[in-house]
Amino acid sequence: MTHRARSTGVPPGLVAIAVIGVAFVTLPIVGIVLRADWSRAGDVLPSSSTVTAFRLSLTVATAAAIVDLVLGVPVALLLTRVPFRGKTAVRALVVLPLVLPPVVGGVGLLAALGRRGILGGPLEAVGVTLPFTTTGAVVATAFVSFPLVVLATEAGLRSMDGRLEDAARAMGGRRWYVLRRVTLPLLLPQLVAGGVLAWARALGEFGATLMFAGNLAGRTQTLPLAVFEVTQTDPRGALLVALLLVVVSIAVLVALRGRFLGSERRGSP
Amino acid sequence: MTLEVDVTVRREAFELRASFEATAGETVALLGPNGAGKSTLVGVLTGIVAPDAGTVRLDGEMLDDVDGDRHVAPEARPIGVMFQDLLLLPHLTAEENVAFPLRARGTSAGIARTSARRALEALSIGERAAAKPGALSGGQAQRVALARALIGDPRLLLLDEPTSALDVSARGRIRELLASTLSQFDGVRVLVTHDPVEAMTLADRLVVLENGGVTQTGTPDEVRAAPRTTYAADLVGVNLYRGNLEPIGEPDAGRLHVAGGGELIASWPDDIPVVSTEVIALIRPADVVVHAVRPEGSARNVLHGTVATIAADGERARVRLSSTPPIVAEVTRDSIGRLRLTEGAAAWASVKAVEIRVVSA
Repeated sequence: MTHRARSTGVPPGLVAIAVIGVAFVTLPIVGIVLRADWSRAGDVLPSSSTVTAFRLSLTVATAAAIVDLVLGVPVALLLTRVPFRGKTAVRALVVLPLVLPPVVGGVGLLAALGRRGILGGPLEAVGVTLPFTTTGAVVATAFVSFPLVVLATEAGLRSMDGRLEDAARAMGGRRWYVLRRVTLPLLLPQLVAGGVLAWARALGEFGATLMFAGNLAGRTQTLPLAVFEVTQTDPRGALLVALLLVVVSIAVLVALRGRFLGSERRGSP
Repeated sequence: MTLEVDVTVRREAFELRASFEATAGETVALLGPNGAGKSTLVGVLTGIVAPDAGTVRLDGEMLDDVDGDRHVAPEARPIGVMFQDLLLLPHLTAEENVAFPLRARGTSAGIARTSARRALEALSIGERAAAKPGALSGGQAQRVALARALIGDPRLLLLDEPTSALDVSARGRIRELLASTLSQFDGVRVLVTHDPVEAMTLADRLVVLENGGVTQTGTPDEVRAAPRTTYAADLVGVNLYRGNLEPIGEPDAGRLHVAGGGELIASWPDDIPVVSTEVIALIRPADVVVHAVRPEGSARNVLHGTVATIAADGERARVRLSSTPPIVAEVTRDSIGRLRLTEGAAAWASVKAVEIRVVSA
């Protein structure tokens, strides 16, 4: 293999900066691995509080991803398929949680769904309490990860050949039938990608969960909150718990790269 | 059984006004160039596009009636469609694709599967029932799409550019299959195509669509004999000129001032009064004689220009001369060499006045 001189190379100094950049994002992971108290891995990781937090995290993140899909896919369909005034504003609102500080999301949820929130009374009347409950943790993490599902689904809808759905209707399919049998199956890769991204985001959620659901072991203390709490008393043990999250994150990346964000492409434009 | 269409569809910079009928037992081809409005018209028939004015009626049932505020939804129309680019659903097998119209209308899975299997076998592609569209060859996919269009006994069979996805060699075979399928289908048959060969070989009647309007209807023979527009003339390989025919003081000849520039001397037809008249003049390419030097002789029309293109087709070749007006001549391949014709070379073309057919515009 021969290397041809490329006219669009980069200045040598830039490479040095790039190396610093890569080191910058890699060092924390290296730090966790090197500084973790491996000798106590056998005690800390299987401890009941770690296992409980880990299990709760998986439950909360999975529930949040499902909530995001159920609510987010219709929003994406609305934004791509239905013309209406103020669409830009609606899209901005829907995507806002992506850039909003999670803590702000958390206090917002309290103001909306908390006991003294605008919907707190009606919710309480029907026997639903969200703040400082596991359901509340699901709500907080779903809020923060919601835009990821909407954006992924929207991208999928835009790249889909809309004529397939028209054809399905002309072949006798009612709108719901076409959605179920054609649109959603064709969107599957994007739905999975969006769901996994939302799940990963929900798994790492800290600020909104802490504000809205608190830090109650066994009920709302997810793994990130557990890391934070253990750090106060046992920093090197906390690194072991943190390592769990690193492993899960890497697994998500591998899953997304290998199957959902790779070169898989369907149909013709 | 009849399909009666008379609709107007308005888009930002485009208006389609189309009116035509199709009766059961005949195949009507909607023939036109890209951008003529064929796809819009297909959308109107399937119900995906709602017309802005007019009616679509099938067997007396109003599918669209803008004044009567009636628009039958796509899923409720008794139409079988073979879509442009086929549009097989990529996530379903061939059999599931063919079963789709039945399943969508509520037929149980088992019955739909049996019918789909039978439909595939009727088109001798039953062995590919379990294949996904991505694994089918072009011709196989074509058959699956045709089976899907025919399933469920539609009253209107709509074939939209049925062979455009295939290479030329595969088209002939599919055309035979389409011809036999069309002849066995006893409902209304509409073929939408930009391919004149497809239209001429499969259709009993042509509806020529250009720039959003119907410019001519007739049997293939009628259109071949007397095309009404440059597009139709090009389709059937005839030179066509629009312009004014002026008397020149001779009893049986006139001077045609061609709309795009240039003039021709043509015989004055008996059925046109001898006054300045807007006409269409037709010249068969085989009646045009090509010369390498200015011709001496009796032909009253001599055109001069450079050779724009030479297209060989078997023993014959079509020479397009960029004269005023431009003209296409059909010559033998031998004469190309004898006259040393090459693209860009200067040449002359001559046509006798009696070879120019003039009809009223």
